[in-house]
Amino acid sequence: MWAFINKLRSPKWFYAISTKLQPWFWAVAALLLVVGTVWGLVFAPADYQQGNSFRIIYVHVPAAFLAQSIFVSMAVSGVVFMVWKIKVADMAAAVMAPLGAAMTFIALFSGAVWGVPTWGTWWMWDARLTSMLILLFLYLGVIALRGAFSSRDSGSRAASVLAMVGVINIPIIKYSVDWWYTLHQPATFTITGRAAMPMEMWLPLLIMVLGFYCFFIALTLTRTRSEILRREVNKRWVRELVEEAS
Amino acid sequence: MTGGKGPFRVEFDPKLMRLERPLSLCLQARKLACERDDRWLFEGLDLDIRSGEIVRIEGPNGSGKTTLLKILSGQLSDYSGELYWNDAPMRQVREHFLANLLYLGHAPGVKTGLSPLENLAWYQALSGDKGSETQREKALAAVGLTGFEDVPAGQLSAGQQRRVALARLTLTQRALWVLDEPFTAIDRDGVDALEKQLIAHAQAGGCVLVTTHHELTASSVLRRVQLG
Amino acid sequence: MHAAPGGLLVAVSATFKRDLTLMLRRRGEVLNPLVFFALVITLFPIGISPDPELLASIAPGLLWVAALLAALLSLDSLFRGDYDDGSLEQLLLAPHPLAALGLAKVAVHWLLTGLPLALMAPVLGIMLALPAGSYAVLALSLAVGTASLSLIGAIGAALTVGLARGGVLLSLLVLPLYIPVLIFGAGAVQAAILGDGIAPHLAILGALFTVSLMLAPWAIAASLRISING
Repeated sequence: MWAFINKLRSPKWFYAISTKLQPWFWAVAALLLVVGTVWGLVFAPADYQQGNSFRIIYVHVPAAFLAQSIFVSMAVSGVVFMVWKIKVADMAAAVMAPLGAAMTFIALFSGAVWGVPTWGTWWMWDARLTSMLILLFLYLGVIALRGAFSSRDSGSRAASVLAMVGVINIPIIKYSVDWWYTLHQPATFTITGRAAMPMEMWLPLLIMVLGFYCFFIALTLTRTRSEILRREVNKRWVRELVEEAS
Repeated sequence: MTGGKGPFRVEFDPKLMRLERPLSLCLQARKLACERDDRWLFEGLDLDIRSGEIVRIEGPNGSGKTTLLKILSGQLSDYSGELYWNDAPMRQVREHFLANLLYLGHAPGVKTGLSPLENLAWYQALSGDKGSETQREKALAAVGLTGFEDVPAGQLSAGQQRRVALARLTLTQRALWVLDEPFTAIDRDGVDALEKQLIAHAQAGGCVLVTTHHELTASSVLRRVQLG
Repeated sequence: MHAAPGGLLVAVSATFKRDLTLMLRRRGEVLNPLVFFALVITLFPIGISPDPELLASIAPGLLWVAALLAALLSLDSLFRGDYDDGSLEQLLLAPHPLAALGLAKVAVHWLLTGLPLALMAPVLGIMLALPAGSYAVLALSLAVGTASLSLIGAIGAALTVGLARGGVLLSLLVLPLYIPVLIFGAGAVQAAILGDGIAPHLAILGALFTVSLMLAPWAIAASLRISING
């Protein structure tokens, strides 16, 4: 454990290890996403109630999962950065924030599009959509706060603290919004709230979710690597790397 | 209104100047390095500040003098290397260190909405000791602010506000003084008096860590540390 | 020289007293959120409709949202004065936990913002035709709820105090975190109107306050230490 943490201190080590890892994650992500998309859109049976429009679930649910998971991993990176002063963790947190915000936006957008055939309107104050909207604001806050500091180090720390505060609040917000929703609209039909989903619908969804996670890891690795190069541009190992390449 | 009433005298009142512990204090920095946004302000800095010394940190603008003072006064934890207070690692004795520290930054830390007396009362209470009104009046008198005790600090001049902050030197019995440009906005009499006070503090066994553009005359107790 | 026993109490109460004195000397700043509250409430009947029935149905939410915004308005100045004049450095260097000293400042903020807003809300409730029987709950829920708002908001204020124009950013950071308090605060008033039990709402508001009270001071202290670095 300690050896691993000490290794993580070195951006150079992370750069080397991610060079080996990232092609695999990209390959697996591409494979899963292609298989999941084709299976979900072509072979999975249509929903008896919603018809083909239910297929948007294969984007909406993985994006919504990821939106929440990225916030948690951002907060965890923040803790690692604050406690062990590991800079790579902060670089990862920095690149995760826009990605998480994008996923949240995709979840919101796909939810809105789904709303048209389901509810006949682009927006309903559905519990899940409302929570997603609040999550988007939390992401925007973290991104804005990081950018507002003239000193990057202070911005990193402030964003870490805010991410931690946010991650404590997310379950509370989710619980309150669910509670608020059941109070105001007890009888409304929720899009993803149904229990039993047949295997042929459920399996491609699982594949899509895994594909989204692999995509997230691959993209985070790639973007963290460019962030490392950007921040360590004056270090000797980066200069040597550039010389080797040219 | 520029100066206070009369020159800024140093009170050698033994009760005010007495330091409570027999003095063999030292603050040590080992291999201190500070990187801010990919720029090394300083690296591999070893520094010892002992009882009876005035240490002046020198260096051009932007060389990290203020940052160093903030690290040495325990405000910034954003450094590598080790700090020791009386041979114990700083993290273990932080509270004891803070109870012995007097820090004066760029901004005087004086509330314009409060009178000098109220300002000092809050400052004194911060260390957990209520103190007395007489003590505070004496400290204000020592910096030439007699008659201004109850005037809102916002109505005082910049130099006078600075003096309110400097009154803390006399008011509390802290061993280690960390002063960032303490001579700013002080008139010439005040500068002389403050310099005498620094020397007296060092001779009484305290330590002073100071950045200033003003040339200090106290060669016997003065040590210089060059940054940048 | 160790800090005397009971020294923490002296330091905390001195900080509390200092902030209280400062605020009371600038009465305008205490009154501004209250005037803002009344003004915003005035806008709604003008913007929507003066129909008492309609107003009554949305009054709990309107009162809560307006009070929440009014409390937010004064947050930006919570640490800014201390940051600008250097007092914050002295606060950080006091040989006592910064969390406790920060809490004293937050307590003053609540006492002079949240509590007056809670006491004033019933008057504005009359203007919005708030149904009888919910007035006490409105004041109580606001009194408890604004305490959480002050605590959570102080984290945002501490994070943005070093920024030149932190005001708008502060709202962006803090408002999403305010939502649970808003839901259960407005919910309590709504429940009182409907004649449902208000105990669960108030219990959850109390729980939110307890959690904020336990966690926020540490986040405030950490944020202040970050902000002092510039």
